[in-house]
Amino acid sequence: MSFEHMHIISMKEFTRDMIDHVLEVAEEMEPIARSKSSSDLLKGKVLGVLFFEPSTRTRMSFEAAMMRLGGEVLSLGSVDASSVAKGETLADTIRVVAGYSNAIVLRHPMEGAARLASEFSAVPILNAGDGAGHHPTQTFLDLYTIKRESHLEGLKVALAGDLKYGRTVHSLCYALSLYGAEITLVSPPELSMPSEIIEDLKKKNIKVTEESSIEDAIQDVEVLYMTRIQKERFPDPAEYQKVANHLQITPEVLKNAKKNLRIMHPLPRTNEITPQVDETPYASYFDQSFYGVPIRMALLCLVMGVFE
Amino acid sequence: MSEVAKKEIRVQPICSGTVIDHITAGQALNVLKILGITGTSWGIVSILINAPSSYGKKDVVKIEGRELVSSEVDKISLISPGATINIIRDYDVREKNQVGIPSHVEGVVKCINPNCISNSNEPIESKFDVDAGEGKIELRCGYCERVICENIADHLL
Repeated sequence: MSFEHMHIISMKEFTRDMIDHVLEVAEEMEPIARSKSSSDLLKGKVLGVLFFEPSTRTRMSFEAAMMRLGGEVLSLGSVDASSVAKGETLADTIRVVAGYSNAIVLRHPMEGAARLASEFSAVPILNAGDGAGHHPTQTFLDLYTIKRESHLEGLKVALAGDLKYGRTVHSLCYALSLYGAEITLVSPPELSMPSEIIEDLKKKNIKVTEESSIEDAIQDVEVLYMTRIQKERFPDPAEYQKVANHLQITPEVLKNAKKNLRIMHPLPRTNEITPQVDETPYASYFDQSFYGVPIRMALLCLVMGVFE
Repeated sequence: MSEVAKKEIRVQPICSGTVIDHITAGQALNVLKILGITGTSWGIVSILINAPSSYGKKDVVKIEGRELVSSEVDKISLISPGATINIIRDYDVREKNQVGIPSHVEGVVKCINPNCISNSNEPIESKFDVDAGEGKIELRCGYCERVICENIADHLL
């Protein structure tokens, strides 16, 4: 199985075997990511980092992944200080940066930007988020977290929060369907999972149930995947507050949780998980953000062809 | 039936060119748009709108002196899957074909997602995969994956 020169645009391009392979390579990378061993697998390689939108975790974990493997990072820096501010097209920017690097990681505010970039790039494009579109490396790290902290096959999982606009949960659902998950959805009606996604899951014989309260949902699940509810989705601030309080995770809410429950969150969080939960054995969201490093190490090594 | 409807509609036969028949009623002007025929185009173009047919109403477009190529014909199928293309030479119908629905179209339709990269100033043409399952045409944007399944004619470039 070779990933060399492959663009990583969307999870839909990955079969279960391909995903499993990426997760296996990430496991080999984990000791290096934890600084328990060192590596120069990507020595002499350069990663072009083009972020047209703000990011903390995605950007830094890509850079950390490259550095841990002895590679170099070349960043666009601020969009305002680049040729983009002079009106340069993304296509031209990509062609130029492809000449400077061995792979490009791209975050862009418009949907389809990574697909366009792949058409103009001589080196692999790794999509780090294109507007409301795809963010495949987030899904890979979510799957890796589930594999490391729980188990993937036949997982009982609850997805909670903003299930309408949250691109993370949409592609996670698709990926989990490859592993025969049982999925419980918890969200306010105005932020519920799009019906076409639920229909798609049911067509794949995935059991999908909808619950209105977190307490009811978590009694039987092994992973609770929480997402941020954005204030701007609600015209009425009072309505936002009501929903936010209703879906808040506190130690009290977790009283009836199974012992092996793991709570995940793509971060940043606002009020949906209180800091007191951080101290419980359920909290896996900081491990999750760490796992972004080995998974991105794996993807970089695979697309740059230093690992099969 | 009114007096007007009883009257036969006559349009002069063409010597050579293309007759696009059985166009979904009301879509003739969109067919012209797809073919790039404007008011300043040369050549004779005859248009029938809402002409009576055995299945209700239809539109017909006759283009003198131009034989359509298959890529032009395929685009017509997006808005009128039942249309037929008749190639005329010396007043005779030399070829008669039903339009074929293409699996992919480029530069024909504008994506409905305003935040799609294909709607920016990038040097690309829009592209869509065409799904014609269950008698309904759906177009999926090759960039943002947004689906257009209604009023496709409104989004023609």
